[in-house]
Amino acid sequence: MSSPEVVFAGTNGGTLTRLEDYEAVGGLGALRRARAMSPDEVIEELNASGLRGRGGAFFPTGRKWSFVPKPDQVPKPHYLVVNADESEPGTFKDREIMLRVPLRFLEGCLIAAHAIESKHVFVYIRGEYEREFEVLVDALEQLRARDLLGDVTIVVHRGAGAYICGEETALLESLEGKRGQPRTKPPFPAIAGLYASPTAVNNVESIATVPPILELGGAEYATLGVENSTGTRVFSLSGNVVRPGNYELPHGFPLRDLINEVGGGIAGGHTLKAVIPGGSSTPILTAAEVERATLDFDSLTALGTAIGSAAVIVLDDRCCMVQLGVRVSQFYEHESCGKCTPCRVGTRWLTQILQKIEGGRGTQGDLDLLLDVAERINGKCLCPLGDSDAIAVVSYVDKFREEFQAHVDGGGCPLHGGSSLDGVLAPVEVHERHVHAHGLGRIHTPLEVLA
Amino acid sequence: MATDTFYDRVQELRAEYPDPRSAVMPALQLAQAEHGGWLSEEAFREVADALDVTPAFCLSIASFYDMFRLERPGRHMIEVCSNVSCAVRGAQQVVRAFERELGLETGGTSDDGEFTLRTVECIGGCGWATVVAVNNRHRLNVQAADVPGIVEELRREQP
Repeated sequence: MSSPEVVFAGTNGGTLTRLEDYEAVGGLGALRRARAMSPDEVIEELNASGLRGRGGAFFPTGRKWSFVPKPDQVPKPHYLVVNADESEPGTFKDREIMLRVPLRFLEGCLIAAHAIESKHVFVYIRGEYEREFEVLVDALEQLRARDLLGDVTIVVHRGAGAYICGEETALLESLEGKRGQPRTKPPFPAIAGLYASPTAVNNVESIATVPPILELGGAEYATLGVENSTGTRVFSLSGNVVRPGNYELPHGFPLRDLINEVGGGIAGGHTLKAVIPGGSSTPILTAAEVERATLDFDSLTALGTAIGSAAVIVLDDRCCMVQLGVRVSQFYEHESCGKCTPCRVGTRWLTQILQKIEGGRGTQGDLDLLLDVAERINGKCLCPLGDSDAIAVVSYVDKFREEFQAHVDGGGCPLHGGSSLDGVLAPVEVHERHVHAHGLGRIHTPLEVLA
Repeated sequence: MATDTFYDRVQELRAEYPDPRSAVMPALQLAQAEHGGWLSEEAFREVADALDVTPAFCLSIASFYDMFRLERPGRHMIEVCSNVSCAVRGAQQVVRAFERELGLETGGTSDDGEFTLRTVECIGGCGWATVVAVNNRHRLNVQAADVPGIVEELRREQP
């Protein structure tokens, strides 16, 4: 399958971690070009490219930068903060970008800093990415040794294991040395971000796409992909396919072809049951919907889901949808920061109701209760974490209602222990088991209190 | 590790940020690495002294994040991803194989202090399931059959 590589251009499937090698394929040309342009001209080029944020929210990058006030309007330091806290289940693209094209990524940081007139860049990388951290620091040293940073400082800051820090205001709190809990918006980070100063927060892939955009020209980049979703995207393909991995493809690529041609089809002679198209926060698609879906904003929005972080999780016929709900909900329960009550309490409710249904003790009323609790979370918190759980779980019920019903009617899982998710323990469950085993007492859960 | 060296290194970290409080997490990471992989009361005190904050503040930060450990872990930390992408490709069998091989329940530490086994949320290796972090280094495409070899390799490693 031939497709234009933009982010991974020049790698030939390998890595470009040495400055000489990167320059040999034209690296740093975009930075020279950008530095000869005014900040507004760089932003114009980004606007022309149609680049939209690759972290999940798909916000136009050029517009985001244009919201950062000029230094004479707000005479405070300006900050560029790069979100390298990739933690959305199913997503592993930023990691590969940092490992394979760290210098292109850092070149993008320097161009972005120029565009928002910032001298201070912080890259917030998730703590679990130890090797990626080392590769980035090494690449940074190479640039520093050649005096290519100019008067810009870049600090690579390691997170310590908290999904919520992928939310931009929680990330800023964490970077300020606090617990990673989201802030009320407004003010938005462009006005009052890091240390209450003007701040642009961008995803790794967005930033790594900036140098190629300046090389190609914004208009030329916009010819790749489709309307409203220009350019290429690094899709993280995982789950029950023959060849999982990261694949850079143009937006608008058919989902079916990503699974069957690029990914080699469903593994082990099974059949496709469902696909989560943009990370575990996005609503699920049935096999029939997969046939119609293309990997872009408009197509997936029309199908009631989202392109999110472009993390495509493929599930075969062995996957029990109630168990999927339990596992996904346990994740959000574990990662809830605890600030907003609907999320802190509601994610726990969702998990427990789903566990009750999976365990064969569910009643008709529990199905209604599940949807009711989801409704009481959705849109009622400071950040989208709780919403993600609610939206995902509701989509499983909506699309696979008869399977949920079968659990209630039959008093248990119709797959009878044959589910691919059978018996999976989430850390939260393991933790509770231990607290229990050590006689430390435990917090009574909502359903236990009611029982 | 001499305390003054730790203090000096924290000052270097502190100099990277406009606000010294931003160095709390990096300083806790450094303290954890130098105190055998966990944060003792002494570790909190050292970080607090180096950054002019209270130990309680440092604890409030550490307790929020999964990677800070408030209890002494085994010499080898084994963390198996159990999120969806790994789970549908057999993470649970990998967990069971480690439990069998180590004689441990998930979440526990072996009596000889050599191993801690945990399940963790997605660590960003979904395309190479099952991902197992052994002492923070990710092993990719791990299957249950690989587990005895991994454990044997770690047992052979000298402290």
